[in-house]
Amino acid sequence: MDNLGIVFALLGAVLAALMSGIGSAIGVGMGGEAAAGVCTDDPSKFGKVLILQLLPGTQGIYGLLIAFITLSQIGILGGSGDISLAKGLLYLAGCLPMAFVGYWSALKQAKSAVSGISLVAKRPDQSGKAIIFAAMVETYAILALLVSILAITGIGGLNI
Amino acid sequence: MAKPDYIYAAARIRAKELSCFSTSTLEQLMACKSDEECLRLLGEKGWGDGSARQTPESLLEQERNKTWDQLRELVEDMHIFDVFLYANDYHNLKAAIKENYAPSHGADIYNPNGTIDPTLLRQAVESHDFSLLPPAMADAAEEALSTLRETGDGQLCDIILDHAALRAVADAGKASGSELLAFYAEHTVACADIKIAVRCQRTGKSLAFVQRALVPCDTLDVSQLAQASVESFDAICDYLARTDYEGAVEALSHSASAFERWCDNRLIQKIQPQKYETSSIGPLAAWLLARENEIKTVRILLSGKRNGLSDDAIRERLREMYV
Repeated sequence: MDNLGIVFALLGAVLAALMSGIGSAIGVGMGGEAAAGVCTDDPSKFGKVLILQLLPGTQGIYGLLIAFITLSQIGILGGSGDISLAKGLLYLAGCLPMAFVGYWSALKQAKSAVSGISLVAKRPDQSGKAIIFAAMVETYAILALLVSILAITGIGGLNI
Repeated sequence: MAKPDYIYAAARIRAKELSCFSTSTLEQLMACKSDEECLRLLGEKGWGDGSARQTPESLLEQERNKTWDQLRELVEDMHIFDVFLYANDYHNLKAAIKENYAPSHGADIYNPNGTIDPTLLRQAVESHDFSLLPPAMADAAEEALSTLRETGDGQLCDIILDHAALRAVADAGKASGSELLAFYAEHTVACADIKIAVRCQRTGKSLAFVQRALVPCDTLDVSQLAQASVESFDAICDYLARTDYEGAVEALSHSASAFERWCDNRLIQKIQPQKYETSSIGPLAAWLLARENEIKTVRILLSGKRNGLSDDAIRERLREMYV
């Protein structure tokens, strides 16, 4: 029971990287399918559709960042791994915003990016707008990233 | 098995939609002085094989083949599109039965674009072994052939097979799981029912005959339509005015070709939302319908130019375009 703190904390770090990574992988895959469809008939649109394809990939990076910060905070990357159960659960809770919002926002952003790719296929001059539509979803991934960072960096100073 | 998501195919179709004809393309064709000039312009737009001596029929056939070839490239399981091909199958079955009853030689009466090889249909009819065919088609073929042999009534044979064809379309639409294909099937059956009711009213057919010919569908009450058909044309219009097909009344009052145009335009209007769909079979089916509509419109235009129809006469027959 004494070691459960580190187990929960590690679970949080893994979930943040895992779920955001899965969401991004699915999202970038969907974008890639659509981008390939457009480029089959018009390879000149590669540059424009590539940006849209990559947009859902950022959540995976945010998840990775949260996982790194958590691992360094809990001492797995060096230092003492002695964490109370309460702190371990707090680290887990702190990672969850990035894990869940990262996963869902990547999927939703992918749908938006695929629609944007369709828009670029028909009206390449509107690619800026297509990118903005998809980028709007990023706001919520960034908010979740901020909450997770603030929570994880703040937990270390708590005396519990 | 995972359901295909069609993201690649839908995106590719989006790119292909750029080469679909718009109203301004039709205006360019209308501005041509002759059908030869139209053919030249179509050639410049990539239609046909690029040869200067291409006939309108071969050009249109090539465009239809190109459309189906492109769909075959995009979709692994083409059975989803069978709903569009059943009419050809039953046309071929009709041809095989009539050829068997009154042999004719030389004329190419079979349509190669079906789900069943015409040779198999001929073989089934000749050997009277309909077990080679799908069950619904086998029953219809058996009934149509025996009716034709017993009565010699070609019209009755046609009704049996047309009825079976529409049922096949309706069933395939419902089974497809696609909202668009279900709508297409419903629209096709309902429009055919309206056409049958009007034709039967004009030729004074009995209630039993009309009831036999009409195919049940969700948006029309065929018993009311059949009753209206034996009453009067106005009764048909009164009934239709209370249904989703209210707009058909004015077209029917004008002419049969106006009604055909109304049906085609209604279909094109209803598939418009597919332009914003990104991951279903819908955009592919919509593109297929758009291409068929385009080919039909070009055929009308070429035929009008060839026969010296006035621009106004041609214009009132032109269909709305998808893009």
